[in-house]
Amino acid sequence: MALPKYTETRYRIWHYFYIAICTFVFIFLIAPLFVIFPLSFNAEEFLVFSEGMKNLDPDAFSLRWYKDMVYGTKNPWGLAAKNSFIIAIFATLGSVILGTVAALGLSSRHMPFKGIIMATLISPMIVPLIISGVAIFFFMAKAGLAATHTGIVLAHIILGTPFVVITVTATLSGFDHSVTRAAASLGSNPVNTFMKVTLPLILPGVISGGLFAFVTSFDEVVVVLFLAGLENTTIPIQMWTGLREQLSPTILAVATCLIVLSTLILISAELLRRRSERLRGINR
Amino acid sequence: MSSETKQILTTDGIPLEISLKKAERKNKIKAFLLVAPLLLFLIITYIFPIGEMFTRSIDDKMITNMLPKTFKSMETWDGKELPSEEVFASFLSDFKILVDKKEHGKLAQRLNKEKNGFNTITKKLFRQVKRNKIDETQSIKEQIMKVHKRWRNVEYWQAIKRTAPPYTSAKYLKAMDMYLNEDNKITQVSEDRRIHRILWLRTVEVAFFVTVFCFLMGYPIAHLLATLPMKYSNLLMICVLLPFWTSLLVRTASWMILLQQQGVVNDFFVMIGLVADDNRPEMMYNKVGTYVAMTQILLPFMVLPLYSVMKTISPSLMRAGKSLGGTPFVAFWKVYFPLTIPGIGAGCLLVFILAIGYYITPALVGGASGTLISNQIAYHMKTTLDWSFASAMGLMLLGGVLVIYWLYNKLVGVDNIKLG
Repeated sequence: MALPKYTETRYRIWHYFYIAICTFVFIFLIAPLFVIFPLSFNAEEFLVFSEGMKNLDPDAFSLRWYKDMVYGTKNPWGLAAKNSFIIAIFATLGSVILGTVAALGLSSRHMPFKGIIMATLISPMIVPLIISGVAIFFFMAKAGLAATHTGIVLAHIILGTPFVVITVTATLSGFDHSVTRAAASLGSNPVNTFMKVTLPLILPGVISGGLFAFVTSFDEVVVVLFLAGLENTTIPIQMWTGLREQLSPTILAVATCLIVLSTLILISAELLRRRSERLRGINR
Repeated sequence: MSSETKQILTTDGIPLEISLKKAERKNKIKAFLLVAPLLLFLIITYIFPIGEMFTRSIDDKMITNMLPKTFKSMETWDGKELPSEEVFASFLSDFKILVDKKEHGKLAQRLNKEKNGFNTITKKLFRQVKRNKIDETQSIKEQIMKVHKRWRNVEYWQAIKRTAPPYTSAKYLKAMDMYLNEDNKITQVSEDRRIHRILWLRTVEVAFFVTVFCFLMGYPIAHLLATLPMKYSNLLMICVLLPFWTSLLVRTASWMILLQQQGVVNDFFVMIGLVADDNRPEMMYNKVGTYVAMTQILLPFMVLPLYSVMKTISPSLMRAGKSLGGTPFVAFWKVYFPLTIPGIGAGCLLVFILAIGYYITPALVGGASGTLISNQIAYHMKTTLDWSFASAMGLMLLGGVLVIYWLYNKLVGVDNIKLG
């Protein structure tokens, strides 16, 4: 963003002011994540930078809290991580299957009542989570699914499908329907056409919708707080109780792991988005 | 098609029009069948339960079912003097059934909510009934009136009559710090007990200011991201996307560390000499913490829609504005800014709706002044178990969100919401 030489002074000042604001906002956005990193290696029990850490003394750093996270006797992180992954994986599978099939129907130009059905399908995204939590809890309690994995998985499918529906319909909006007609004219049945022709083309959209659904489930705490019993504790629930009760550095170790995980998800989501744009013929 | 034109027939002799309609209907059914599984699933597990929240929030059938005879005989009572012998008799017979079912406690609780003092007198009546002290051959009215002086007070019988309808608006009024008084008029509760209205106002206030802060911070960086060359903007985009994909609780935890009294932000203020070391300001467990943390957490939801709109605006438009004699500021204000309004609308809507239902972050960093209406809903769901009250507040919040959504749709159109 080099300025042309003829720029007047006041615009020059304004330009640097603008750059300064942007820098500040970027730091504001990203810095909080980096505070956690060094502190999770703290050798001491306090959540502040010790004098040793400020002087980069190697003794001030340790893997103590990571060991505590993995081997700690009273630590529920193992169970929580297992539950979180199981729930998130099944919820993602459910959301992806239901959402993709629904998106196929929705992007057909024959679909009746498109507006109202679309509004219904994405409503879990618009309704504040706390209300979704109350409603889903009422259903699960009645169906006898409160405090079960099944109940939580179903709840997360409800919350995750809107993302899949949105990303897949977006992918399908640039979809050339003549290829499915070509497949049909060559004698392929609809299921075969979907698996061999449509799915490979919309796969980036499906997977990125699935990533959204996975993260939604993996990070979801409001609804789970209503639904979960002691057996169904998840990572977000443990973090929530930990942050409310005793803020121990073990939480920071967990948080660091979660940041690494989200970085991986971000990278895959970005790669998929680019691939999807390439496949849809959007050149930039 | 006029009747004179010859109908076009398909090969099997059916008029083309009918044949096409048939095919169209078949396609419609096909498309609908694809959507049906998800639609049904959501209707059963999600839409119906939201409807159930409504019936739950106005439901007052419990007491209607407890005192069926009493309410029947009260129909003819004018509610001014003490009711007749018949009402007392039917009340006693209803009450005896409740005692047999051990449900008199529930009745006392419900009546006590209507008017204070019912607890004691119901207990007294219960003891008399249990000991078979009430002789049904004599006047039941006289005997009940002897149990406690309040049974002689017509106000208590009026209170019972008020509970007769199977539906009540009491929960909604309670959420607005109001109630129905003896004359069925909507009254405000005394000033020191008006807690809910403060919470509603605070919720709207926090959501509004967080939206404003997000807009003020998001607009410049979205503009920078949209105008920088691709190789730089992709790198900077990570600064927006990484927080977006990172767990909400992780981000809240990091703010708790940053904002604490010995935290990094305070260290920094001391270092540049803004505050004295022994006078570090409290930045957490108050509104400052809520605003700072929520703004950072919701900022990506503002930047992403803004960015996707700004990306489509051609830079030559600004150049044209300038070449026609506008200063950069005028060109920006008259050309660029109006074109970004769909993005501003989408971003503000997203942030506001997310903020208004926020629960986790205010509960962790907000302290007492960070309690919002969502926290109150969760409290009544989990602690007091007053689910009908939680439902009523939830539906009021939902109503507000739907109104905002509707307004947005009128002004900007929903199709502008984009992800990533």
